[in-house]
Amino acid sequence: MRTTLLAAAAALALAATFASAEARTIRWSAAGDPNTMDPHSQNLGTVTKILNQIYEPLILRTRDLGLEPGLATAWRQLEPTRWRFELRRGVKFHNGNDFNADDVVFSIERALAPTSNYGIFVDTVQSAVKVDDFTVDVVTKIPDPILPNKLASVYIMDREWSEANNVRQPQNTRAREETHTVRNTNGTGPFRLTIREPDVRTVMVRNDQWWGWNVPGNDSNITEIVYRPIASDATRIAALLSGEVDFVMDPPLQDLERLKRAPNITVLEGPEVRTLFFAMDVKRDELLYSSVKGKNPFKDLRVRQALYHAIDIEAIRTRVMRGQAIVTGTLFPPQVNGYAKEWDKRLPFDPARARALLAEAGYPQGFEVTLDCPNNRYINDEQICQAVAAMWTRVGVNTRLNAMPLAQFFPKIQREDTSIYLLGWGVPTLDALYSIQSLLATRDGRPGNGIWNYGNYSNPRMDALVETIKNESDPEKRNAAIAEAMRIYHEDVPHIPLHHQMIPWAMRANITMPHMANNQPYMRWARVN
Amino acid sequence: MLAFIVSRLLQAIPVMLTVSLISFAMFAYVGDPVTIMLGQDYTEAQREALVRELGLDQPFFVQFVEFLQNVLRGDFGISYRLGRPVADLILERLPATLELALTAALLALLVGVPLGVYTGLYRDSWLSRVFLTVSLIGVSLPTFLIGILLILVFAVILGWLPSFGRGETVTIGWWSTGLLTASGLKALILPAVTLGLYQMTLIMRLVRSEMLEVLRTDYIKFARARGLPDRIVHFGHALKNTLVPVITITGLQLGAIIAFAIVTETVFQWPGMGLLFIQAVANADIPIMAAYLMLIALLFVVINLIVDLLYYAVDPRLRSGLVASSGR
Repeated sequence: MRTTLLAAAAALALAATFASAEARTIRWSAAGDPNTMDPHSQNLGTVTKILNQIYEPLILRTRDLGLEPGLATAWRQLEPTRWRFELRRGVKFHNGNDFNADDVVFSIERALAPTSNYGIFVDTVQSAVKVDDFTVDVVTKIPDPILPNKLASVYIMDREWSEANNVRQPQNTRAREETHTVRNTNGTGPFRLTIREPDVRTVMVRNDQWWGWNVPGNDSNITEIVYRPIASDATRIAALLSGEVDFVMDPPLQDLERLKRAPNITVLEGPEVRTLFFAMDVKRDELLYSSVKGKNPFKDLRVRQALYHAIDIEAIRTRVMRGQAIVTGTLFPPQVNGYAKEWDKRLPFDPARARALLAEAGYPQGFEVTLDCPNNRYINDEQICQAVAAMWTRVGVNTRLNAMPLAQFFPKIQREDTSIYLLGWGVPTLDALYSIQSLLATRDGRPGNGIWNYGNYSNPRMDALVETIKNESDPEKRNAAIAEAMRIYHEDVPHIPLHHQMIPWAMRANITMPHMANNQPYMRWARVN
Repeated sequence: MLAFIVSRLLQAIPVMLTVSLISFAMFAYVGDPVTIMLGQDYTEAQREALVRELGLDQPFFVQFVEFLQNVLRGDFGISYRLGRPVADLILERLPATLELALTAALLALLVGVPLGVYTGLYRDSWLSRVFLTVSLIGVSLPTFLIGILLILVFAVILGWLPSFGRGETVTIGWWSTGLLTASGLKALILPAVTLGLYQMTLIMRLVRSEMLEVLRTDYIKFARARGLPDRIVHFGHALKNTLVPVITITGLQLGAIIAFAIVTETVFQWPGMGLLFIQAVANADIPIMAAYLMLIALLFVVINLIVDLLYYAVDPRLRSGLVASSGR
C-alpha cells in the first residue's frame, strides 16, 4: 500500500516536472489593448486578435483565409434564402457547459441586436432557427451566397452563461455600470482567459479540452499567452530586442531594417487586406475647400485622371512605405473573392499628361484644394499625404494638407465636410461586395449602400451591379458582375487608388507562426521552440 | 490658522468650477467618440441612437450641468473606451502614478539637496563642475529622450532592468503596490529616474544658488566669528535659510511630477493615470479626460495649501506675524 502511494507520489512529481518543462509561454505585444472582451460589441482588430484565441465562429479561417469547419462541421444552401449548418458534437464551453443549437441561435440573435457592432456580418439574416440539437437553419431576407464568409466572423457564446450573467445583449454604453462581458469570457476556443487587466496584461492558458487539437495543422505547443500592450513604438521594439516580449505585431517601418539584421529576431512580411486610396467630392456643384468657385473640378473625369497621373507611386512605395506596400489600381487586394487581375492596373505616372489633362479641362493654371488626412490610423498615413500633396502641387494643383488624429478625421469626413480625403479600407468578409457596396453604391439610405461613400460617387450601372452581386448565387455570373464593377472603377476613377498595406510581424527567432493577411495571429498554429 | 485653511478651501471652489468648465468646453474639439465606438460599419440610425444614448445631442450647458450633478454624487460616468466606471479606473491607476511620482520626488530631494549643498560650499572644486555639467543634461534633454536612452542602455544593452511595465504587484486593500516585490522595485528604477531627473537638477541648482547667497550674509560671518563648527554653520544656519524657496518649488514640482508623469508613463507603459489619460485623448474618451483634469486641479489646490502651511513651519517670521495679528 505504502509503496504504491510512494510510487504514485513519485509519478505525480515526475509528471509535474515534465509539465513544467513543457510549459511554453508566448509573450505578445502591440500598441493597442482591446477595449472589451464582449464578442459582439467592438468589431476592431485589436479586440478580435484576442477573442480569436478564446471564441470560435461556426466556420474558421484557414491559413490563406479560406473557410474550414469550426463549430459547424458542414453547411449548404437548402434554398436561396435558407442555409443549413450541421453542428459539431461533444464541444464544451470553457465553463463546462455543452455546446448546442440553442447557443448558435442565441449568438446570431445577439449579433443582430441594436448594440451589436457585428451587424454587417448578419445584415441579410432574417432569423436563425433550431432544427434539432445539432442543426441550425439561417433564413435570409434575400439570397445571400456569401453568408458562410460572413458567419466566419460571428463568435458563438454560451446561452446559459450569458443569461446567468445578464449579458443577453452586447455591452451597452448607456448602462451606468460595467457589463460582465467587458472583462469575462466563456468561449469554446483553444485558449481560455485567466487574467484580464485592461491596458496592463491579458493572460490566456491552453484549453486542453479543445476539439481542434486533434485536427492536423493545429500543432501549437503553447501553454500560455501573455498579451501586454506597449503604446510607445521605441519601447515596444526595445522590449522585443531585450527579450522581454517574444512577438510584436506592429513594428514601426523605420525599425524594420534593424530588426532584420538582429540575429535573434525574425521578421515576417506579408500583405494586409487593406487598400489605401483618395476619394473626392464628386457631387457638390462647388467644392467646400478649393479656389475654384461656381463649379466642381472633381466632377470632370480629366481632373481626376490628372491627379492620378501625377502620383509617383514607386516613390511612395520605396521611400514613404520603405517597400512595405503593394501598388494597386483597384479597390481591394487579390485575397478578396471576385478580384480580377486584368482590371488591377494603374494610370501611369506621367506629370506632363497630368498638366495636359488639367489644361484640357479648363485649368491650365491649376487650382487650390485642401486634402484631409488622418495621422494615426494607417501606416505612415500623414507622410503619404505629404508626398502626394507635393506631387499634385508640382502639376499645378496646389494642395494644402490638413492632417489630423482619427478622432477628428472620421467625424469630419462623415459630415461630408471634405473635398478630398485619404481612406484605407479593409475587407473582413473577404468578398468584393463589402467594398463595392460600402464605397461605390449611391448613398440612398438603404442598409449598407454607400455607407462610406462620402464623396457621393453615383453611377446607375454600378448600383445595378451591386444588386446583382448581392443576389446572384451563381458564382460565375457573380464574379463577372464584380469584374465589370472593377472595370468601371478603372474607367470612371471615382477614387485614386494607392496601395495595399503590408503588415510586417516581428518575433524572436524561436517562434514560428503563419503570417495572416487579416492581421490576426492564430495561436493555435504558433510554436515556441 | 483654521480660518486660513477654510478660506483657502473656499477659494478652491471657483478654481475647480472654472477648470471643469474649461475642460468640458475643450471636449467639443477633441473629436467624436461615437465614430471610434462604432467601428468601420454602421448605419446612420445606429449612429444617431448612440449619440442620443450618450446624451451628446443635448446643448452644451445641459451636458455640463448634468456632468456636475453626477460628479457631486461621486459618479464620473462610464469610460467610452473601456466600458467601466471612471472612478474605478482612476482608483486602479492612482497607486501606480503616486508610487512613481513620490519615488521620483524623493529621489530628486535626497540627491538634489546634498548635491546643491556640496556645489554651493565647494563651488570651485572639479567635482562641483562635473555635477553642474551633468545637471545641464538633466535640464535640457526632454523626458522621453532620457527614458528611451535609459531603456537602450539598461534594458537592451545591459539587460539589467525591465524596459516597460510595473513588474509583479501586491494588492493591499484596493491599493496595488509594486514596492514589495523584487520585480516591482526593479521596474520602478528607470521610470523614477527619468521622471525625477529634471526636478533633481532643478533642486540642486536652486539649493546651490541659495547657499551661495546665504553664505555671503552677515549672520553666517558672525556665526563663523563665534567659532561655531562648519557643520552647524552650513546645515543649522545656512541650509535652513535656503529652504523656503526650495519647499515652494518642490511642492509645485510634485504636482508637476504627477501631472506630467504622462510622458514617462507612456514611454515605460507604466499603468498609471497618465497613460490612462493619453489613451483617453486618442479615443476622445470624454468621461476619463474630464475626471482626470478635475483630479489634477484638485491636486494642485491641495499641494498649494500644504506648501503654504509648511512656510509657517520653517519661517518663524510668518508665525510671529500670525500671532501678532491674531493678538491684536
